[in-house]
Amino acid sequence: MNNLQRIIALAIKELLAILRDKKSRFVLIGPPIAQLIIFGYAATFDLNDIPVAVYNEDRGAPSRELVARITGSPHFHLVSRIDHDEQIAPLIDNKEVLMVLHLGPRFSELLKRGQSAPAQVIIDGRNSNTALLTLGYLRTIFTDFNLEWTRRSGLPPPPAMLKIRPWYNENLLSRWFIVPGIVGLLTLVVTTIVTGLSVAREREAGTFDQLLVTPLRPVEILIGKSVPGILIGLVEGTFILLMAVLWFEVPLRGSIGALYLGMFLFLLSAIGIGLMISSLAVTQQQGILGAFLFLVPAVILSGFATPIANMPELVQQLTYLNPLRYFLIIIRGVFLEGDSYGLLFDQYWPMVIIAVVTLALAGWLFRHRMN
Amino acid sequence: MNAMAAKRMRLRGMIRKESLQILRDPSSIAIAFVMPVVLLLLFGYGVSLDARHVPLAMVVEQPDATSASLIGAFQRSEFFDPRPYASIQAAQQAFDLREVFGIVWLRNDFSRRLLSSGEAPIGVIVNGVDANQARITEGYIQGVWQAWLASYAREQGVELKIPVRLEPRIWFNAAVRSRDFLVPGLIAVIMTLIGAMLTSMVVAREWERGTMEALMVTPIRIGELVIGKLVPYFVLGMGGMLLSVAMALWQFDVPLRGSFWALSAASALFMLVALGMGLLISVVAKNQFVAGQVSIVITFLPAFILSGFIFEISSMPEPIRVITHLVPARYFVAILQTLFLAGDIWPIVLANCGALAIMALIFLGLARRKTHKRLDA
Repeated sequence: MNNLQRIIALAIKELLAILRDKKSRFVLIGPPIAQLIIFGYAATFDLNDIPVAVYNEDRGAPSRELVARITGSPHFHLVSRIDHDEQIAPLIDNKEVLMVLHLGPRFSELLKRGQSAPAQVIIDGRNSNTALLTLGYLRTIFTDFNLEWTRRSGLPPPPAMLKIRPWYNENLLSRWFIVPGIVGLLTLVVTTIVTGLSVAREREAGTFDQLLVTPLRPVEILIGKSVPGILIGLVEGTFILLMAVLWFEVPLRGSIGALYLGMFLFLLSAIGIGLMISSLAVTQQQGILGAFLFLVPAVILSGFATPIANMPELVQQLTYLNPLRYFLIIIRGVFLEGDSYGLLFDQYWPMVIIAVVTLALAGWLFRHRMN
Repeated sequence: MNAMAAKRMRLRGMIRKESLQILRDPSSIAIAFVMPVVLLLLFGYGVSLDARHVPLAMVVEQPDATSASLIGAFQRSEFFDPRPYASIQAAQQAFDLREVFGIVWLRNDFSRRLLSSGEAPIGVIVNGVDANQARITEGYIQGVWQAWLASYAREQGVELKIPVRLEPRIWFNAAVRSRDFLVPGLIAVIMTLIGAMLTSMVVAREWERGTMEALMVTPIRIGELVIGKLVPYFVLGMGGMLLSVAMALWQFDVPLRGSFWALSAASALFMLVALGMGLLISVVAKNQFVAGQVSIVITFLPAFILSGFIFEISSMPEPIRVITHLVPARYFVAILQTLFLAGDIWPIVLANCGALAIMALIFLGLARRKTHKRLDA
């Protein structure tokens, strides 16, 4: 029997060991699907139906038009009309509304006289991101209203106008940003747990000693143990990818080959880390703890939900060690920006280095702990 | 010896045994005190939505005094890091390579149109992949543009007439620092994790080691067993909580506008829920491996994504909103964000505390019911 056959035989045995067990089969299929669906819908920064209260002391047509523009927008939802200053605080404090629009009694009069009319807006800042987004939606409505008012009343137009165009995600849907990210998130979790436990499980079951008396060399055992991780990762990744395109309707614009090259390198580095954890862990419990200690910071410091550019310099340096960081750029680049191999080169080679270093270390630890 | 005294003695013995176990195996002390500090530092600095010094490509096809003043307005803003590019092609290349987040493009007829007809277009392209970041950047760009319009009008000696002036006031967080709302939320996420991890293994461990049988032959009652396991971990968990609050106040400078005792009461309630959840997992799993895996799957990601700590619950679709009610962190995030930033707003604090109390009763009640003093159960 030559080397290749031995490795294939071990890989098949590993795959069967994972797939035969009902519980681990479920862990591979159930939670990822549930998480994809739930998080795909839940993880969104887009706001709709922001609850609003209107305090309009003015009875003129312009104020009614402005209020109608806000309450008619899909982003806002009118909850109550109020007529006293004292009503504002309880509404905001108790989170019944996120925003109160206050137009003074002379609003229409000022506008008609060609003067600037103030529109006070009070926003609940407990979630500062929501507050900023709300303000952004409002600004767009106000700018449109102002433009139309100047045109209608023959006032001079502003000397310069902004023409903002977002590229790659024209309607700025945050789902298009998050769902491709979930592909990376879930494949990372699954492959790290599968490979992180593979050696520890055999150690606990006592079959590791049996493996050692076979003619397999340590490197061959290592390869045999990484093949199932790659296969499971590729199948799982492809499935989530299909869901992203067919279910969540995120456009896939770039080269699929470039995406799969990235996924392959990403899985290799995830497996390298998983096997490192695996060769260090004596029990499955330690394996899980190790996988967890790697996964939590890897998710947070990847740019999955919050941009890496906002982190302090030192933390940004740390993210270069994280394979998820590179894969997220690749998958979002291919999905939305239509990237191909050339533009993604700088994301490929760091993952190659991470994979080589972690696999070599895992191999060394493996031999080391064996003796 | 009457019944009460016996009960007290048994309970004291059980608590003493668990406390000694904690002291002799320092791993739970590490989970309670080292993990919150490490995680809070990592997350507190790693999770931020405040964009600063966003790199923007500036393409000015015909430089003159007007365009220079507009570019100057971008340079003065702390939000942007403007970089000049000679042509739109060069800027677009940098944009494709992700060296810049956006492009501001003044065509060669900018100044001419500005002086003649007005409404001279300032072309802006932003990278929309990260939609949230793009929207926030758009807002900052509009701010720069409006400030520049006002200063340009002043230079021309005319008054800028904006028909309706938006005067926003952001309550509770006037500086709009994302850290002020993220750090209280992170405390909830981290404490869910720690509370569940502390207790999820304890009963499973006794089953695996066979010491559960030893406990069964003692006269201890099931209720006393559960309470005895809970008390030492509760003390440990509250210590970790105190540490996290101290870090929020002094390391991250988050203001605490509510009262400390309301915070303590809500934290104690939440700790009971988290510990109860861990205990229930442990009782049902009877196996440290499964207990560990389950507690990781049902704590971290749901607390991160479904608690409203970063993604607004009210914007989620109806079925998902229903699911969020099952995530205990959801109630604690609402309490913490309100207590830290807004103050003692009783309707919110009490409603969420009520939900937590119900969850604590359910988890602890189930944990007690599922604990049997029989080997064959």
